[in-house]
Amino acid sequence: MTLPIHLSRPLRCRVASAWRGVVLVLAAAAAAAQAAPQGPASAPKAEVIHWWTSGGESAAVKTLSDAYRAAGGTWVDMAVALGEQARSVAINRIIGGNPPTAAQFNTSRQFLDIVEQGMLNPMDEVAARDGWDKFLPETVLNVVRVKGHYYAVPVDIHMPAWIWYSKAAFKQAGIAAEPKSFDELFAALDKLKAAGLTPLAHGGQSWQDNIVFTAVLTNVGGRELYLKVLRDRDRAAIQSDAFKNVLLTFKRLQGYVDKASPGRNWNDATAMLITGKAGVQFMGDWAKGEFTLAGQVAGREYGCIAGFGPASPYIIQGDVFVFPKTTNPEAMRAQKLLASVITSPATQVAFSIKKGSIPIRTDVDASKMDVCAQQGLAIMKDKSRQIGNGEVYLTPDQNGALADILTAFWNRNVPVEKVQKDIAAALK
Amino acid sequence: MTTTRAGRRRLRRLVPWGALLPMALTVLVGYLGTALWSLRVSLSSSRTFPQDDFVGLAQYERLFTNERWLLSLQNLAVYGVLFIAACMVIGFLLAVFIDQKVQGEGLLRTVFLYPYAMSFVATGLVWQWVLNPGSGLQEAVRRMGWPEFSFDWIIDQDKVIYTIVIASVWQASGLVMALMLAGLRGIDEDLWKAARIDGIPAWRVYLSIVLPMLGSTVATVFVLLFTGVVKVFDSVVSMTQGGPGTASDVPAKFIMDHLFGRANIALASAGSMVLLATVLALVAPVLYARSRGAAGKGLQ
Repeated sequence: MTLPIHLSRPLRCRVASAWRGVVLVLAAAAAAAQAAPQGPASAPKAEVIHWWTSGGESAAVKTLSDAYRAAGGTWVDMAVALGEQARSVAINRIIGGNPPTAAQFNTSRQFLDIVEQGMLNPMDEVAARDGWDKFLPETVLNVVRVKGHYYAVPVDIHMPAWIWYSKAAFKQAGIAAEPKSFDELFAALDKLKAAGLTPLAHGGQSWQDNIVFTAVLTNVGGRELYLKVLRDRDRAAIQSDAFKNVLLTFKRLQGYVDKASPGRNWNDATAMLITGKAGVQFMGDWAKGEFTLAGQVAGREYGCIAGFGPASPYIIQGDVFVFPKTTNPEAMRAQKLLASVITSPATQVAFSIKKGSIPIRTDVDASKMDVCAQQGLAIMKDKSRQIGNGEVYLTPDQNGALADILTAFWNRNVPVEKVQKDIAAALK
Repeated sequence: MTTTRAGRRRLRRLVPWGALLPMALTVLVGYLGTALWSLRVSLSSSRTFPQDDFVGLAQYERLFTNERWLLSLQNLAVYGVLFIAACMVIGFLLAVFIDQKVQGEGLLRTVFLYPYAMSFVATGLVWQWVLNPGSGLQEAVRRMGWPEFSFDWIIDQDKVIYTIVIASVWQASGLVMALMLAGLRGIDEDLWKAARIDGIPAWRVYLSIVLPMLGSTVATVFVLLFTGVVKVFDSVVSMTQGGPGTASDVPAKFIMDHLFGRANIALASAGSMVLLATVLALVAPVLYARSRGAAGKGLQ
């Protein structure tokens, strides 16, 4: 609330939407200013925009820049905090005619618009030489390959809907074995509640509500329903009883959170597991970083469940680098080198260990990785269990509309039939 | 000789226009130009990039069937009325209080104005901690011996918007005080003497004589607060992120989400046009009345 600047908020929105005009001029000026001191460099120089700014993330980026340097390139780091911010910086610079060498996006349809505008360089040559078709998971391939051209190089795979549990809390509540199904999970949650603990550590923020929903959809609904709803946007599937059951199970979980849950950050929720105050959390594999910081080890102080049953889908979310269009041969050389370095098995393992993700390929030496990552890699080897995150199938707009409905359902008493109708309308 | 004098006179007449030119250009390009641009985008099917097509009022239709947008408008109305009223009353009372020539006036003035000097991104976080039932005020009072005490508005669907009002009033009422105080200090001392001789109680003087004399100050404060209401964003983002669920959502947050995160600049532009129309509809009459008043005074 900065009061005296008249209309500054709507103005900012408007200026931002006038990208083509204002930004073009500004960025061109910035380009002129930046280009001046740089001479021709012999080593391929890659300026990379990304949003990996936290401690563990920076360490992970360092493994990339080290690998790139070892391959003979120069890495220029352009870290911009927050994904949205970093992406809009990248887009503005691309439109402004001063593109970075590479820019981070999620493994999603976020960069589809820029592909359609012809603003990216395809990496077909590298993809053919390195054999991307052979080692990339189908779901990832379908995202990076648009109309037969390879527009992005995948960097990592995160699975957003892991189920984490605190062994100390389970012991206190007298839960002997790891839950093997959703029914057993509910039984465990009841026991935790009876023991006076917070059964479900949850941060009541829209995206975290969405993670819980995703976990329920894969485990209770299953692969078929998941794809029908999120990929095919099938009306009948959304109106089906099976999907209604998914929504009701999702809502049932809400009864296990503590009162202070709304607004809590995800890492504070993870801390409740670390201290043994809460039993279970649904969260992506980046939560491992919090456990590691607290000196806890997977399988010893905490457990991780990727899904229930031998056929549970493994959701693929992750990050890619895209390569903005340029005709400068130096820059194109840098882009090709980067695309090749990132997918190499050694880089992938080093990066994943620091990042908490799993490699984009399964033909790597997993012995140095933790048990959760090994479990994830083992599942990934079965192609029929790979499945994309909602972002992979839906536009950011549809995905956001879906998230709005789900978070409203989680927080309010809305009839489930209305939620089904709203989702059908949002995904139309 | 006469020609040069005429030329000089003409030049002198042109100088003010020349001085105004940069500002006029800023207004034309920076304000009007971009507003028209937004209007154009809001009538297209643009996603990440502006498109040249024309879809009529489809985006507005979508906007007004969107529950989140309607809720955010409703929140804005509740927030706006309460925030402006509370700021006006508290700000005026604080100004009257300081106007009593209290000791340590400078210190008090700084204290009251200080919240305004800090970014809400930081203070909003502190407010979040204070209002959080698990860690903040509620827990503190309970430990002090009132275990039944409950203050959990920030996690309550129906009351969360009031916590935003409380925090915003805390921030902005100091500014209202400063402006009102300046107005109070401009009032002739003789008026007070006359009132005292007539034996009129002080509260009555403030209410019936001073307040009407502060008319233009009040109007300024209103316009300032009103624009603050329309663009309220940082307090919501730093305190609740629009939650729980979408319960404390406001239009500016809806617009920002769609502008960047959801890559739908057409819908975002439609939203900002609705906001602009709201501002014009409510502030234009005030500004018009003020300009009429100023013109009237100029004539006398």
